[in-house]
Amino acid sequence: MEVGKLVAVIGDEDTVTGFLLAGVGHRNAQGSNFLIVKQDTQLPQIEDAFRTLSQRDDVGIILINQHIANDIRHVLKDYNATIPTVLEIPSKEHPYDPEQDYIMQRVNMFLGGGGV
Amino acid sequence: MAEVPPTRMNQQIFKGKLKAAQGGHKLLKKKADALKVKFRDYAKNISETKSGMATDASSAFFSLTQAEYAAGNFKQKVAEGSMNARIRVGAGVDNVAGVKLPVFTKYETGAVADNQSLGLVGGGKKIVAVREKFTVLLDMLIKLASLQTSFVTLDEALKVTNRRVNALENVTIPKIEGVLAYIGRELDELEREDFTRLKLVQGKKEQEEKEEMKKKEASKALKKPGKENSADITAAFDATDDEDVVF
Repeated sequence: MEVGKLVAVIGDEDTVTGFLLAGVGHRNAQGSNFLIVKQDTQLPQIEDAFRTLSQRDDVGIILINQHIANDIRHVLKDYNATIPTVLEIPSKEHPYDPEQDYIMQRVNMFLGGGGV
Repeated sequence: MAEVPPTRMNQQIFKGKLKAAQGGHKLLKKKADALKVKFRDYAKNISETKSGMATDASSAFFSLTQAEYAAGNFKQKVAEGSMNARIRVGAGVDNVAGVKLPVFTKYETGAVADNQSLGLVGGGKKIVAVREKFTVLLDMLIKLASLQTSFVTLDEALKVTNRRVNALENVTIPKIEGVLAYIGRELDELEREDFTRLKLVQGKKEQEEKEEMKKKEASKALKKPGKENSADITAAFDATDDEDVVF
């Protein structure tokens, strides 16, 4: 077992490719730490991937494209552990919308910049 | 509250409790304030970093598109085969007012980069640029992850602390004060009771004394004629009646 935790990625092809190039990818017999979500990827598959990744104890951060996060919002809502941290990131086709990010909603609410 | 026996000792104990509760309340309030300051700090930082991330991400994606244009479709190749993570995150701990906050630090394993030969045919430079851009983005995201985790943890800690502060302020302290008031009342009542009892006893004693005095006086009055009698007896012997004794 190596020191440090992995960064997992759930995203579209571009996002995952970029982060794999940066060197976060990890794949062995147990499986990989990333999921490429394509047009024909079914929702349950994403949910499963998220659940598996969030239950692995060698994962520290889960990066997830915002539009995919919106698709599995019901799963994310129930997720309330601190580690791994779920971080919503923008994707190529979908620019970042702070309004949809749960954390940003809280931040805005706290800072008094409108929000929900 | 009523089950506390109203004694001086309990009064002392509860006075101590009240003092402790007030001290704890003060300390917790201070802690909550410190947390709030930090929380606000993090919130500001997150909102700044997140907006920065949007621009960083779009430039990273743009470089990826450029690389795709130059090197053809290499995405499939990147995701192929087994690989070892070159970049991992270490979890450190930061401490804010006794609240442990997880902090992620980037940690490079030093493993050889996979797909080094990628883009050998063309567009290699662009791919290297993509690597760099995404590494920068990743750094930022790791920082953001730390911030976000800290934010969530702080939020939780703040809630707990506030709850405690409010509980002390609105439940514990009033309760103790109530008990103290009750004890004080009871003690006062006891004192008054004692006082009345003493008064009563004193009154009774006085009455008894008076009665005794009366009795004594009565007996004196009764005795006085007796004394006169005896005086009379002596008076009966009139010395003048006696003849002079002549030797």
